[in-house]
Amino acid sequence: MSMKLLTGNDLRTGEVTWWTGTGWSRFVENAVDVDEHGEAIATEEIGARRVNAAYVIDAVDTPEGPRPAHIKDRIRALGPTVRLDLTLKPADPDAGSWVI
Amino acid sequence: MYKYDKYDQAIVDARVEEFRDQAARRIAGALTEDQFKPLRLKNGLYLQLHAYMLRVAIPYGTLDSRQMRMLGHIARKYDRGYGHFTTRQNLQYNWIKLEEAADILADLASVEMHAIQTSGESIRNVSSDQYAGAAADEIADPRPWAELIRQATTFHPEFSYLPRKFKIAVTAAEEDRAAIRLHDIGLKLVRNGAGELGFEVYIGGGMGRTPFVAPLIRPFLPAEHLFSYCEAALRVWNRWARRDNIHKQRIKILVHDLGQEEFTRQVEEEWQAILPNQSDVPMVEFDRIAAYFVDPPFEAGAPDEIDRSDPDFALWVDQNVVAHKAPGYAIVNISLKPIGGIPGDASAEQIELMADLAERYSFDELRVTHAQNIVLPHVRKADLYALWQTLSENGLAEANLDLISDIIACPGLDYCSLANARSIPIAQKLSQRFGDDRQREIGELKLKISGCINACGHHHAGHIGILGVDRKGTENYQLLLGGSGAEDASLGKITGPGFDEDGIVDAVEKATQVYLDRREEGERFLDTYRRVGMEPFKEAIYG
Repeated sequence: MSMKLLTGNDLRTGEVTWWTGTGWSRFVENAVDVDEHGEAIATEEIGARRVNAAYVIDAVDTPEGPRPAHIKDRIRALGPTVRLDLTLKPADPDAGSWVI
Repeated sequence: MYKYDKYDQAIVDARVEEFRDQAARRIAGALTEDQFKPLRLKNGLYLQLHAYMLRVAIPYGTLDSRQMRMLGHIARKYDRGYGHFTTRQNLQYNWIKLEEAADILADLASVEMHAIQTSGESIRNVSSDQYAGAAADEIADPRPWAELIRQATTFHPEFSYLPRKFKIAVTAAEEDRAAIRLHDIGLKLVRNGAGELGFEVYIGGGMGRTPFVAPLIRPFLPAEHLFSYCEAALRVWNRWARRDNIHKQRIKILVHDLGQEEFTRQVEEEWQAILPNQSDVPMVEFDRIAAYFVDPPFEAGAPDEIDRSDPDFALWVDQNVVAHKAPGYAIVNISLKPIGGIPGDASAEQIELMADLAERYSFDELRVTHAQNIVLPHVRKADLYALWQTLSENGLAEANLDLISDIIACPGLDYCSLANARSIPIAQKLSQRFGDDRQREIGELKLKISGCINACGHHHAGHIGILGVDRKGTENYQLLLGGSGAEDASLGKITGPGFDEDGIVDAVEKATQVYLDRREEGERFLDTYRRVGMEPFKEAIYG
């Protein structure tokens, strides 16, 4: 099922973050469908400096959680595919098998 | 090498505190991102795919061991234990926190470094020959001229809001190791018939979306007029540049649109008009700068023989060690292209080790190359074996300079928010495919990969170039043949339809096989391509 996610970067650290409905998470699995409300949420959260450079993306809901539609956002969600030790789940070499 | 005087240090220190205040105001909400973005970019701080990225300037690729150690320290303390040496002779950190960025700039300033003008519409880090001051084939050291340009253009109000970024390269050797004809201004030091020093001035080169090889605008510019002539060219560009269209703003577009003859006429006219202003840097100031670039105290009578009894060492000497102007000395290239590794990446430990080796073996000097390797410019031949042993123990002795596994690659979609496709995995697969004896059988082959049309990986200038594109949401790779960034500069041509990740590796293999089958005595891949043309390659790749 297709869905819309809101993503951005933490203002202070630059880390990739995903809107969870009540706040921000580093893990795309915690993201929720923002439907047509993404822009409004982004405006409010940017204004409160809880996120930077936020934007809405297309995604697909899967049994494992939301997965961004575009490869660029999938790599954002995981981390660099060439440095799995620097991704969010470095102990699990298969954690990014859905990205490419 | 150049050392800051009190003025250099004062402006860099002041810039750190200015940025500290700007970053604090951004975090506190006094500045919006739209207000802050141009300020952080003026200090080399980007927001990239995963985090903030800081690009540190390494002027004309030259640094000392103290500075190199600081780069390692920053990698360990503020980043994730590594740095990425770039095709602009700079270094990038990929995991920077905004709240720590000013502290990093302060650490850099403590060793006479900064990140000023590594982004934005300004005159960027001046690049040069990585063998400058050591090369056996140069007529003079180009670095004092590069430093003069750096000083004269830093914070220069006329060049602070240019139509677009602007890149200058300076060389002084017949062999072009700085790709000068692919820069906005390329300068080659030459002597005229009277023995006077001057420049061949090339203007209007560049890669990116619309690549051009720069034409020769002036065959001999007296050296003392370097700044005023560059100023005249920038003024003509500033006057006519297409500020309405980001894709047409670079000077190469203006040179192309006006034509070489008309552009030259306008620059010469402007130059004559501004000459009375005496904007040239006084030669006494040039002499002050040049005094920092005197030769180190080479040992007279240093032995010239190299014991080649260790075959692995001999292989490395043959591939990575280059002739030096001083008897008994050599230029050492440290490859940052281990087979299957990430081009240009070095760990904090490797960075610090290279600093130590420079201090011990190379008069405290290092160079960063636009091919993303490191150079120790002044090594006694008698020290080569000990140096090589230490490099080998630390994964830094890959003997592949200018071979097919010595790949230039941009960070690509693994790190860059502009990229359309990943570059690094392609480089890794190619170096694994060819990184055995096959690369030596093939010989010199410069392979360059960009993850998007912006061409940070110099794909237009590769003997073999690869361009990553987005085809309906999936990565696709176009193959180019016949480019060169050297003195025989040329732009590669696309072979035809693109390939997926594995397909592009196979296509490169087919292209190299055509070369091996058809090469004549002494021909490099590029020579054979130029002789036989595209057709045999297309036939093998698509037939």
